[in-house]
Amino acid sequence: MNLSHEFGSALVVCFAAIFTGNILLTTFLGMCSFLSVSREVKTAVGLGAAVVFVMTCTTILNWAMYWLVLVPLQIEFYRFILFIIVIAAFVQFIEMVIERYSPPLYYSLGIFLPLITVNCAILGAALFMVIRKYTFLETIGYGFGSGAGWMLAIVAMAGIRQKLAVNRIPKGLQGPGITLIIAGLMALGFIGFTGVLQAQ
Amino acid sequence: MLSFLATVGIVSAIAAALAGVLVFAERFISNYGDCTVDINAGTRTFTVKGGKALLGTLVEQKLFVPSACGGRGTCGYCKIKIPEGAGPLLPTEAPFLSAAERAANVRLACQVKVRNDIKIEVPSELLSVREFTCTVERIRPLTHDIREFRFRLLDPAEISFIAGQYVQLLAPVYPKSSEEVYRAYSIASDPRDKKAIELIVRLVPGGICTTYCFEYLKEGDPVKFNGPYGEFRMADTTAPMIMIAGGSGMAPIKCILQHMQNIGSTRAACYFFGANQVGELFEQDWMKQCEQILPHFTFVPVVARPETAWHGETGLVTQAVARAYTDLSSHEAYLCGSPGMIDACIGVLTELGMPQQKIYYDKFA
Repeated sequence: MNLSHEFGSALVVCFAAIFTGNILLTTFLGMCSFLSVSREVKTAVGLGAAVVFVMTCTTILNWAMYWLVLVPLQIEFYRFILFIIVIAAFVQFIEMVIERYSPPLYYSLGIFLPLITVNCAILGAALFMVIRKYTFLETIGYGFGSGAGWMLAIVAMAGIRQKLAVNRIPKGLQGPGITLIIAGLMALGFIGFTGVLQAQ
Repeated sequence: MLSFLATVGIVSAIAAALAGVLVFAERFISNYGDCTVDINAGTRTFTVKGGKALLGTLVEQKLFVPSACGGRGTCGYCKIKIPEGAGPLLPTEAPFLSAAERAANVRLACQVKVRNDIKIEVPSELLSVREFTCTVERIRPLTHDIREFRFRLLDPAEISFIAGQYVQLLAPVYPKSSEEVYRAYSIASDPRDKKAIELIVRLVPGGICTTYCFEYLKEGDPVKFNGPYGEFRMADTTAPMIMIAGGSGMAPIKCILQHMQNIGSTRAACYFFGANQVGELFEQDWMKQCEQILPHFTFVPVVARPETAWHGETGLVTQAVARAYTDLSSHEAYLCGSPGMIDACIGVLTELGMPQQKIYYDKFA
């Protein structure tokens, strides 16, 4: 497999992760922050950007952890624990660095980092990356694409919820109820993309 | 077996290595050095290691900013003014602050971190709330179930308070109580005497703190309290005052009367002291002396059911007030006692024309 072919396949994986296999709308991972931080587009963009960053970095780190440490040592079954540890340590570390060296970035993005540590979509992406046996370049594409797909979904949801805020909603459906229904409709909408490509 | 141990060892080593990186980062990246916190433009300053939330930093300095959620940014109670050094407004604070508050530099102390020198403003009452250790200097019986406790301050050695304020006395773990509790008692002593305070305590049957005071506390014992707290105090007017308080409710009234002596007040004041029996009256001599010193002060003891010869007022204290006055529209009232007694007094006072906002009271909780 030459490099250009691999690069192309990484792009396809990335595109698929955003649209056809959107991690939020097809596997419904990362729902808690999706429901709680989708009231305003501005904060949704902040959280979404943080997820893109963390997901890209942690899938790369976990790819290295899996293929360079766990597989040679034949302890792949420890991946759940070790992926979580890597994610938690990385997020903590990045938070400290951003807080120290880039206060403006910390105020817009950094304060969301602790929320992301426990986001199941991050762990989910790392596990899918292993199950689907992505190459290194594909992993970069997949991590970035999953994050971008998650961001797309939460920003779209925040936009819809901002419109909802000024409309009358039946009492029993207010809050998470209507949000889940909308998420379901959005997921149905994203199914329309599956015809575009079948690659995963 | 060996491979089992080896895998556990490998996983532990990876986790330890990552933890090591974080410890290293904490030491060198999150090290903000010494930061100076300046409270109320230099009233109090202290230096701390930077990097922690302001709320926790203040609590470590025994400065208790009200907070209900424990610093998670969900209650919005820990609002304080931070004119300098707080950094930009955080998205986590925004929902709790109005436009006017934002303009006045109000922030949530639990979200703002101390990363550099910082200037904050807190209500001055908060600043004088301290924890005091002291010893019991004197216990004086006033009636069969009321005693006066005099505490000499050790650390800090002095207290400043406003006549009418209260402190929270700590009842430690003792044979009849398995937990520490704090109970509020008004200060009865002279505000000029900064080295000691006196409390008037009535024994409540089964009460944790009062039982501790009556059965366990001896002269020379160590005690702890924090304070001073409370908004009950003499209003800055010249209106004639009516004071109503029975039993241990005398404490803040006695303190206010002492304060009036200290400042040479010439305000008209009348103190109705209600008791069931003549034996429940106390501090009569002090009140008589006070009548001599204050030019327009009268002390009116009211006994509901005199068991011996009694020449003074009888009946309920509210009846005595109603007998003495026909129009109270220009008076102020100061009440201290049980909720039932205070509500009864407010009823009589408003009937006699006193506006609600001129009735100040300290309800026993």
